[in-house]
Amino acid sequence: MSDASLNNTTLNSAAQAQPYEAQFGDYFALLKPRVMTLVVFTAFVGLYAAPVATNPIIGFVAILFIAVGGGASGALNMWWDADIDRIMKRTQKRPIPSGKVTEGEAFAIGIALSGFAVVMLSLATNLLAGALLAFTIFFYVVIYSMWLKRWTPQNIVIGGAAGAFPPMIGWAAATGSISVESVLMFTLIFMWTPPHFWALALFMKGDYHEAGIPMLTVTHGRRATRVHIIVYTILLAILAVGTAFTGVGGPLYLSFAVVLNAMFVKGSIEIWRRDEAMAEADGYAVEKKFFKLSLLYLFAHFGAIAFEAALAPFGLGGW
Amino acid sequence: MAISKQHDMHKRRFSRNLGLGVVLAGFVVLVFLLTVAKVTDDGFDMQSQQTQEGN
Repeated sequence: MSDASLNNTTLNSAAQAQPYEAQFGDYFALLKPRVMTLVVFTAFVGLYAAPVATNPIIGFVAILFIAVGGGASGALNMWWDADIDRIMKRTQKRPIPSGKVTEGEAFAIGIALSGFAVVMLSLATNLLAGALLAFTIFFYVVIYSMWLKRWTPQNIVIGGAAGAFPPMIGWAAATGSISVESVLMFTLIFMWTPPHFWALALFMKGDYHEAGIPMLTVTHGRRATRVHIIVYTILLAILAVGTAFTGVGGPLYLSFAVVLNAMFVKGSIEIWRRDEAMAEADGYAVEKKFFKLSLLYLFAHFGAIAFEAALAPFGLGGW
Repeated sequence: MAISKQHDMHKRRFSRNLGLGVVLAGFVVLVFLLTVAKVTDDGFDMQSQQTQEGN
């Protein structure tokens, strides 16, 4: 046996004996990159729509660390929920259930990045923005993941607040304050979250039930979930259209909001009118369509707010 | 004869080291740019002018 083959054999057996060594992308996946896009976009809109000009570098740093903070809370959520992530089909490929990253690593990355993001955001912008980011991480990890998620079917309703904070933090980073406009942007995401997740829960049939998560579909049944979707969608539509007449709205936002909310309410009525037999027959096509529309809905609303802000220097944005 | 086989474990390790290196280098650049932005900020200029006038 040559030295090379001996070494290769030793290397292979050593590698087999070792646990899987994660690559960079596995750690990055802990930060929930897809959720992060929403955080980045809404935080950017909050910062950009604020009536105070921000240095572009400071603005960039602010959004980056809001995203890092959001990602860190995602890593802590994966650490805490590793047991149920192993059960649910939707989450089985995440880094911890797939055995790529250990729970301890996820916890360490989550804690380290949380502290790092809060300190950097506070230094780059102001203490209010840093405090709001710290509260968001606390809310998502402790209030939502550790407490509400496994305890009440209202988990999504109250827990949705965590995902609603980024535009408020962006606004605070620019202005150093909280205002009606930033609270409205918060409320928009807060009200949007329940119908978005309940539509997902309708077609991810059985996932939450198997994991023992008290989602509305599990505790109150699918009929009640369909009723809840339409009620929340109507309330959201009133709020979303009403936002058009505030400081962050304008004619462009209003036209977007009217069209999108008409589509969204129509989608919720279709969901409400269906029963399980109809949904089973077409593979939950309407529910899946509504879920996809909900993503477009939020991005378009915040995109319209950003457009209104972009038009303002030309005397065109707002009323 | 030198060991030439590149095991998958080495690739993953390299990806991790490279990723961390890029992140750290990016952070250094970011702190530098942030410092420049903060120092050249209008508020800072006004403050330093006031200090000079005071002297």
